[in-house]
Amino acid sequence: MTSALAFDLALAALVLAIATLTIAAREAMSAVISFIAYGLLLSLAWVRLRAPDVALTEAAIGAGVTGLLLLGAAATIGHRQAGAAPPLALMLAAGLACALVASGLAATTLVLLPEPAPTLAPPAMASLATTGLGNPVTAVLFVYRALDTLLEKVVLVLALLGVWSLAPDRVWGGVARLGPDAPPRAMLVFLAQLLPPVGMLIAIYMFWTGADHPGGAFQGGAILAAMWLIVLTARLADMPATSHPGLRLLVLAGPMLFAAIGFAGWALADAFLAYPEGYAKPLIILAEAGLTLSIAATLACLVAGPATRTPPP
Amino acid sequence: MSTAIALVTVVAVSAGAIFFLAGTIGLIRFPDAPCRLHALTKADNLGLGLIVLGLLPQVGTLAEALKLVCIWLLVMFSGAIVTQLIAATSRHK
Repeated sequence: MTSALAFDLALAALVLAIATLTIAAREAMSAVISFIAYGLLLSLAWVRLRAPDVALTEAAIGAGVTGLLLLGAAATIGHRQAGAAPPLALMLAAGLACALVASGLAATTLVLLPEPAPTLAPPAMASLATTGLGNPVTAVLFVYRALDTLLEKVVLVLALLGVWSLAPDRVWGGVARLGPDAPPRAMLVFLAQLLPPVGMLIAIYMFWTGADHPGGAFQGGAILAAMWLIVLTARLADMPATSHPGLRLLVLAGPMLFAAIGFAGWALADAFLAYPEGYAKPLIILAEAGLTLSIAATLACLVAGPATRTPPP
Repeated sequence: MSTAIALVTVVAVSAGAIFFLAGTIGLIRFPDAPCRLHALTKADNLGLGLIVLGLLPQVGTLAEALKLVCIWLLVMFSGAIVTQLIAATSRHK
């Protein structure tokens, strides 16, 4: 047994163990903390599968942002948790349904797929030169399947609309509450003063390098969102009201810019979301820059949650 | 020469791994939050520091080496502050 195989087996066993721990945890908070560890281990598994783009996204979105969302949810519902477990029949049914889905997926990928599995990787690599990009994942996201990416960003905006809609009528358009009401600790303020410049630089690097290396708008946006959330939690800046025109514009700017580039493709390159000859890379980087900012604003607003206070006059 | 470099890497990374192991045992075995944090920070600072130190001779370019050092500094910085925050929160409970 080679050391790489031993490492992979240990990693797979650890992922399964943490997954079991997440399900078996009795308190919501412990389950969420296990889930974050699970996400980080899963991103290591993606690294081992030589998919660094997916690994970065899993660490930033799967463990980071989703973990924050779940931590907020666990803190909100924690004190309301009833002691009574759901009925046994319901738990068995849920377990059975999950096992069916998992074994169905396993059967499809392990048994039904021909060997070697069908792949579009060679044609994707063959056309890479025409896009001017160096990272085939970015080429898939912004050239081959650009429509999917555009719609994915629209879904993100719809998710934010759904969260904002949870605000009661009297505080509609108001300010979300982030963190406890007590004044922030001096250490947190110190962190919020020192870390964001470094974090912003890393976020911009992550977006910029995405054209040729692993990285991109989503990973950069998630880091940018984290930096903004630290500043907001330390009260170094005020949370803007959900009715703030600038905030709403920031959330919509990326998808709108991307859609505009898409429509321009009709006039300049004969198809929606097609890029004119030789201008593919600059246009993609322009779209990604807008999307990075919009993703950052949307993710931060998702974590902050619906408005709880009336809008400032 | 390459054997010496490899030896430095093996020794430093192994020492780092021992710090991680000790930190984990401390995290599980120590009785209260400040003690557990004390164990944890050794893994973060010294453990990761030794592993970065051991990996430095293996990288090809100066930029890669700087990135490794940046990772260590960032983890140390955020680790130190989060430790303070957890300790302060646990004392006020």
